[in-house]
Amino acid sequence: MRKIFNIYIDGFRNITKLGKKLWILIFIKLFIMFVILKMFFFPNFLKTNFDTDKERETYVIKNLTDQGNAD
Amino acid sequence: MTGIEDSLVDWSRAQFALTAMYHWIFVPLTLGLSFIVAIMETLYVKTGDEEWKRITKFWMTLFGINFAIGVSTGIILEFEFGTNWSNYSWIVGDIFGAPLAVEGILAFFLESTFIAIMFFGWKKVSKKTHLLSTWLVAFGSNLSALWILVANGWMQFPTGMKFNPDTARSEMVNFFDVLLSPVAINKFLHTISSGYVVASLFVVGISSWYILKKREFLFAKKSIVVAAVFGLISSIFIALTGDGSAYEVAQKQPVKLAAMEGLYNGKTNAGLVAVGVLKDNKYKVPDEENYLFKIEIPNMLSLLGYRDASAFVPGMNDLIYGNEEQKIESTASKIEKGKIAITALAAYKKAKSEKNIEVQDASLKEFREYFKYFGYGYLNKPEDIIPPVSLTFYSFHLMVMLGFFFILLFFVVLFLIFKNKLEKNKLILRVALWSIPLGYLASHLGWVVAEVGRQPWAIQDLLPVGKATSHLSTGTVQTTFWLFAILFTVLLIAEITIMTKQIKAGPMKGGQNV
Repeated sequence: MRKIFNIYIDGFRNITKLGKKLWILIFIKLFIMFVILKMFFFPNFLKTNFDTDKERETYVIKNLTDQGNAD
Repeated sequence: MTGIEDSLVDWSRAQFALTAMYHWIFVPLTLGLSFIVAIMETLYVKTGDEEWKRITKFWMTLFGINFAIGVSTGIILEFEFGTNWSNYSWIVGDIFGAPLAVEGILAFFLESTFIAIMFFGWKKVSKKTHLLSTWLVAFGSNLSALWILVANGWMQFPTGMKFNPDTARSEMVNFFDVLLSPVAINKFLHTISSGYVVASLFVVGISSWYILKKREFLFAKKSIVVAAVFGLISSIFIALTGDGSAYEVAQKQPVKLAAMEGLYNGKTNAGLVAVGVLKDNKYKVPDEENYLFKIEIPNMLSLLGYRDASAFVPGMNDLIYGNEEQKIESTASKIEKGKIAITALAAYKKAKSEKNIEVQDASLKEFREYFKYFGYGYLNKPEDIIPPVSLTFYSFHLMVMLGFFFILLFFVVLFLIFKNKLEKNKLILRVALWSIPLGYLASHLGWVVAEVGRQPWAIQDLLPVGKATSHLSTGTVQTTFWLFAILFTVLLIAEITIMTKQIKAGPMKGGQNV
């Protein structure tokens, strides 16, 4: 593991212009996805709206036993 | 609900389709190019020829660009599961949890460990260790695709599970039934080999461009030989796995097969439509024939679907209205049984809360008895089982045509290169170059057939899409749809721009480490 870690460290020290560009792109993308999109636009519906698994299963069962339109 | 808005369901569908299709622009190249690079590096290690090292490093750089830009685009799909498809996520959580956890751990350790050696380790480890790392990255990437495709296979053919009415979750009872389900195995092999074909077309196409530009002849020819051999083998393999997939679809999703073939009325000795134009784009009932024009291969559909040239292949009308002679149950009857299952589930829960053991046991027994029809209970009318016919039909036929075209292309390219005539044949070089997008198109069409063709189901026969959706406002889903459309388009533009720059720079400058 230490050797792998050192390979990463050396690799980043001698990174090429292209490599730098790609890593920057990766970090921007991950920031947009995990910080902006996940936090502000993609809350977990059941986790946000219900506190316990019991409440969540009751809610899902209620949805399933309600024979509404499902096209 | 009752009545989740249709527009919400459609926007949720559209958003999932958009993100999945963008994600799938990056994935197939990673799957295939990783193996092509590993083969090239093997040739370098075997021969000691520095030209092979240069070739390997160039394609490895393009692999790195695609990997970097594509990595974690699939995570968006998991966000959507939790937000837009909460009922579905809850119900399948226990089935998907295990394979996706395995994927996470395996992919993380294999890829993050060996990708470091692959890109940064050329001068730090021995040739053989480096080669081993490159192969392990290839196997790691493909292995991570296994788990998500197993999950998708389960949605097409839910097996190895039991629905727990107390928790409203499907629980895995046999991991190997899920992992080794014939649908999952065929889906995995067919899908990854489509990635191999996409990557082979990519390498052959770009190498052809170099020859057309009168640059890098040796580099281009050697790259073409590796990619065209790999592509030819993969495209023949894809035809075989396609045959396996068609057989499984016939057994497990006969409505999808009928839509793929635009078959309204079932028949024995059914022919396979080689080329055809549909009369109506949407299913109309009842209809005798739905083609304006078609050329059929006699008996082939019966043979492909049932391994018997005289077998009866049910059409959409048989599957909707039933066919007593062929012992096909009507959808109306399935809807009635589905409603019994839903009512029994409600009665079970009520009896349990009231501690009425007798009713509870009787309801549970009834629920179990009719559970296989469960999802039908939510359908409004029998015709709802029919997916969009024209989209499924044309996607399927175009995909198959392209598949056979790729076999021919790889064969012709190899023939010309061994005859030393490829560089003079500008037409074939141009065709090879313009076949790069066709590879992506064919691969996406395969997903359209698989996913559009199984509508209205999120989980085949058990959960229609409308019941899988969360109660959100349509506006929220529309907003995130456009956010994703912008984000992924920017990523795609970045990919194309950076790739093009590297390709134009060529293997002398374009083979730098990432």
